Amino acid sequence: MRVPTMAEMMANGETPEILFWVGCAGSFDDRAKKITKAIVKILNKCQVNFAVLGTEESCTGDPAKRAGNEFTFQMQAMMNIEVLNAYEVKKIVTACPHCFNTLKNEYPELGGNYEVIHHTQLIQDLINTGKLALEGGETFKGKKITFHDPCYLGRANDVYEAPRSLIEKLDAELVEMKRCKTKGLCCGAGGAQMFKEAEKGNKEVNVERTEDALGTQAEIIATGCPFCNTMMTDGVKNFEKEGEVKVMDVAELIAHAADL
Amino acid sequence: MEIILFAILLSAGLGFFAYNAWKVRYNIVLGQDLDRSDRKGERIKTMLLVAFGQKKMFTRPIPALLHLALYVAFVITQIELIEIAIDGLSGNHRFFYFKLGGFYTFMISFIEILSVLAFVATLAFLARRNLLKLPRFTMKELMGWPTKDANFILLMEIVLICCIFSMNGADEVLYSRGGSHVEFAKGHFDFAISSCLGPLLFNDLSIDALHVIERVGWWGHILMVFAFLNYLPYSKHFHILLAFPNTYFSNLEQKGKFTNMESVTNEVKLMLDPNADPYAALANPDEAPKRFGAKDVTDLTWKNLLDAYTCTECGRCSSSCPANITGKELSPRKIMMDTRDRLVEVGENYRKHGKGFDDGKSLLGDYIKEEEIWACTSCNACVQECPVNIDPLSIIVDLRRYLVMEESKVPSELAGMLTNIENNGAPWQFAQTERLNWANED
Repeated sequence: MRVPTMAEMMANGETPEILFWVGCAGSFDDRAKKITKAIVKILNKCQVNFAVLGTEESCTGDPAKRAGNEFTFQMQAMMNIEVLNAYEVKKIVTACPHCFNTLKNEYPELGGNYEVIHHTQLIQDLINTGKLALEGGETFKGKKITFHDPCYLGRANDVYEAPRSLIEKLDAELVEMKRCKTKGLCCGAGGAQMFKEAEKGNKEVNVERTEDALGTQAEIIATGCPFCNTMMTDGVKNFEKEGEVKVMDVAELIAHAADL
Repeated sequence: MEIILFAILLSAGLGFFAYNAWKVRYNIVLGQDLDRSDRKGERIKTMLLVAFGQKKMFTRPIPALLHLALYVAFVITQIELIEIAIDGLSGNHRFFYFKLGGFYTFMISFIEILSVLAFVATLAFLARRNLLKLPRFTMKELMGWPTKDANFILLMEIVLICCIFSMNGADEVLYSRGGSHVEFAKGHFDFAISSCLGPLLFNDLSIDALHVIERVGWWGHILMVFAFLNYLPYSKHFHILLAFPNTYFSNLEQKGKFTNMESVTNEVKLMLDPNADPYAALANPDEAPKRFGAKDVTDLTWKNLLDAYTCTECGRCSSSCPANITGKELSPRKIMMDTRDRLVEVGENYRKHGKGFDDGKSLLGDYIKEEEIWACTSCNACVQECPVNIDPLSIIVDLRRYLVMEESKVPSELAGMLTNIENNGAPWQFAQTERLNWANED
């Protein structure tokens, strides 16, 4: 798999159009790595001039900031900004809404100004400009797919349409949960909850959310966030439905449909 | 005699309200500075849409329509109050009647129709709270005073509407008998509701009795208005006024953007820059160092405090909060109510014992428990839902910042996550050098 790094490109005197910010989950989590690879396949197929930071990438600091540790966040941010600015990065695509939000909204005040988009927005653009055709691969025609809005993509940044338009391009039947878009229910991972036990309650948030998703009778729960993916996958397992219902990132659906 | 009595009541009513409004303002400006003086056009637009136009209410249509009836009735009735004030101070009767002619009939009729709608809405609201027991009205933070407060306001509205119809209805019958007032010979006002309701209720009564009912209605109406006005600062109902400034000063940034802590930026820059002058940070040595994050209400911004006074305890935030839905201790509404109640306490203390008085209590600990703020997923559902653009999340985050940065109190798993980020640049224990390994795996 061709995965150029910024360092290699710079050594060759090349400047990529866009930096693919992989994120910690996308780099280390086994499930999320598959999403990362699906995105790279799409980028390569469309001959997008991209690069990753590779070992020069570091956590954006999002979970530290949400957990209230502004020091750790700003240390991470400043170090990342130094790397990004040294490579004169202008445009970034992220595979994670948390990285997306932090890079887009919280880095500018610390000296990091980039155009930041989420991978669903980039893929939407690639399809709309005719660079990517959804043919030859798995067909999703008529399949029921529901989309779980990641909080940091939806409410936090008002991106609701890009992922949905991709699902519609699959010719699939997009079925909405009762709580969707601005009213979408969190998967339970945000605000650094991913990294701790839930506080005492009478139910897990991901179970509550998975009930919403299963209620649509969808065969596929699509999402656009590695953490939502983990939470929803666990939720589906909780109901022992992993045989019937799959949790997929929108990028994976597109990659499958395009036979990548 | 009546004029003097009215003048005294009017000035007492307005004066006492001004005093209470001053106290609220005093409390709000105890908060930290925050610049919301930019983007005026956008702010006015937000205020017109969200407060004046009640845009966010309409995501739940049934309560929105009921609320709209009360709101429009309240706004339009203010016109009638102008007449009551003029009549009260000048000894006139229905000052605008001869001045406005047909339009007066239309205006009062309009108020009457809205009053009937408001009456229905009030009964519906009472039923929703007390008979249907909607989940968001029965959460534990509403036990006691908040529930009484809500019902009390609704009952006041019913009394107020009854006063309007006693006044107009009795006057309608009096006018038809030529006994309304010296300038009124014999005739009909033809007000939409009371021209039917008046004769129906009061036809058998004598002129003297009708006069009493009309005056009771008139005085009752204005007394209720004064009582209501002065009850506002003690009640969740203050939102009818504060919704306007609160939406004007809304956070216009993307909801996902948390504030940048400049005090931290300065320190981080010192740490990262080997050439930095460590003494440069002491430019203002007299200034007491501010704490990181918020422990008490005075550490919050004035907008957080305005939010707290604006909250009408509707509970839309808590009913959409993933933590609250799944039985955790967190309720964003309680965060706002606690902030307000603590602020009232701090304000009283400062005025009694001098500014800066320490009563040994604080918002975090005595009002809000750590367990509550650690249950938050920062999903912004509460911020999205609030019909008057209150931001409970920013308070939660500031409380977390205090706990983590001042007291190093952080759930142990999170401490591990933070250490990992600091050591190897990821929330998990993976080496940064392995970050690209995925590219070579199948």
